[in-house]
Amino acid sequence: MSGFPHRHLLGTQTLSASDLTTLLDLGERFLEIAERPIKKVPTLRGKTVINLFLEPSTRTRTSFEIAAKRLSADAVNISGAASSTVKGETLLDTARNLDAMSPDVVVVRHAQAGAAELLASRIRARVVNAGDGAHEHPTQALLDCSTIRKHKGRIEGLKVAICGDVAHSRVARSNIFALRALGASVRVAGPRTMLPAGVESLGVEVHHRIEPAVAGVDVVMMLRIQKERMGEGLFPNTREYARYFGLNQQRLALAKADAIVLHPGPMNRGVEIEPAIADGPRAVILDQVTRGVALRMAVLYVLAGGEAQE
Amino acid sequence: MPPRPPPPDLGLRERREILDQNGIARALRRMAHEMVERAGQSPDPLSLYLVGIRTGGAFLAERLVPLVVEAGGSRPVLGAVDITLYRDDVFRGLPKPEIGPTELPESVEGRTVVLVDDVLYTGRTVRAAMDVMADYGRPRAVELAVLVDRGRRELPIQPDFVGVRIQTTAAESARVMLKERGEPDRVVLRERIDPGSAP
Repeated sequence: MSGFPHRHLLGTQTLSASDLTTLLDLGERFLEIAERPIKKVPTLRGKTVINLFLEPSTRTRTSFEIAAKRLSADAVNISGAASSTVKGETLLDTARNLDAMSPDVVVVRHAQAGAAELLASRIRARVVNAGDGAHEHPTQALLDCSTIRKHKGRIEGLKVAICGDVAHSRVARSNIFALRALGASVRVAGPRTMLPAGVESLGVEVHHRIEPAVAGVDVVMMLRIQKERMGEGLFPNTREYARYFGLNQQRLALAKADAIVLHPGPMNRGVEIEPAIADGPRAVILDQVTRGVALRMAVLYVLAGGEAQE
Repeated sequence: MPPRPPPPDLGLRERREILDQNGIARALRRMAHEMVERAGQSPDPLSLYLVGIRTGGAFLAERLVPLVVEAGGSRPVLGAVDITLYRDDVFRGLPKPEIGPTELPESVEGRTVVLVDDVLYTGRTVRAAMDVMADYGRPRAVELAVLVDRGRRELPIQPDFVGVRIQTTAAESARVMLKERGEPDRVVLRERIDPGSAP
């Protein structure tokens, strides 16, 4: 019986295939709880989970909150606008104050890469990274891997294309690490302005057009175009982006006949993904959301429970 | 999912055999007869609902299904529960990253449920299994069937159907080996080896 040998979940880069599989397998079990008449188990009764979201998020925060509550933990949400950070308090001061209230787990989302790791080094609670800048978003990668494994039966040997703004995407990075650790081969595609320098060093195949990237793949993962980055000169406008990099029926037809389409949400319909695909039979986007809660339960379970690992 | 490996035998020595293969078969057959007899006196017109506690109890519940039919009962519904998330010691010692599925193919609401486990000891496992049941519905009654009752309860829980009762000390343990886990069918009494006297 292998445990989970980590104190925190800061990213997927440091997770082994066995760590990932432990979490994916647990996630399958936790899925069942959502089907019960009483969607709650007493496992984390008396544990406190603080969701510290210093960047806007509805989906991820809600997903963590539901995950904590289904495990009977007490979940407290602190969001950017409501927190003392607007009054000038630093992240570390906020964290120390929270830590003084003895939470068991702090889930943190922050605009700066490395914020979760900084917190983890300074507080006693376990830390879960719910997105730090363009660095990592490990639970998103876990739910994506879980969705892929469910639909494809495996991850090893699959071809996965990740398309869009890879440079600013923590979702892309976390997925690249996790998918590669689990034996998939990964391609990335996007305009040159949206691919980070040296992205090849992550062990991915790089394309500057979407067509060769999706050709023959088992999984197409579309990234959200961050409209707030429109002014930065990364791409001229959303219509042009859709024309050259949006996923439409012709492009999807280049992938394997049974290829599935993932999107981390929120979607810009008609920009990176055509509405007919988003609502079509190949899209597994709502499945991702359902699995998100289960995978976050798995993460809270292995972290909040592990006194023996200290 | 492959069955979980049985608990490690490290530091334990076999003292004597309590049941052999035939003994287990006889005990289960007698328990099935008692279940049918008791069900005949109950006001519940529905068939029994056997719910095994993973992992050992789930295998025994599966074996009991045809035995209940042989004993003249109608075919029981078979379910299984995993109690990991309901244990009161879930976070003592190492984390438990493996959780088996809980499968209750029919609603337990209003049914007579017989929980099945291999060994009854402190009663904490059964307490947890009753909590699982409560989250799925409100059974008419919950009964308890165990292959081995080794005594030393820590909670007010008593079995309704027992294969064999034995007296044990805290240093001893009863181990049910089952062919479903790749072992010969046997029940053995083991005792902890005093680390000082170990070779």
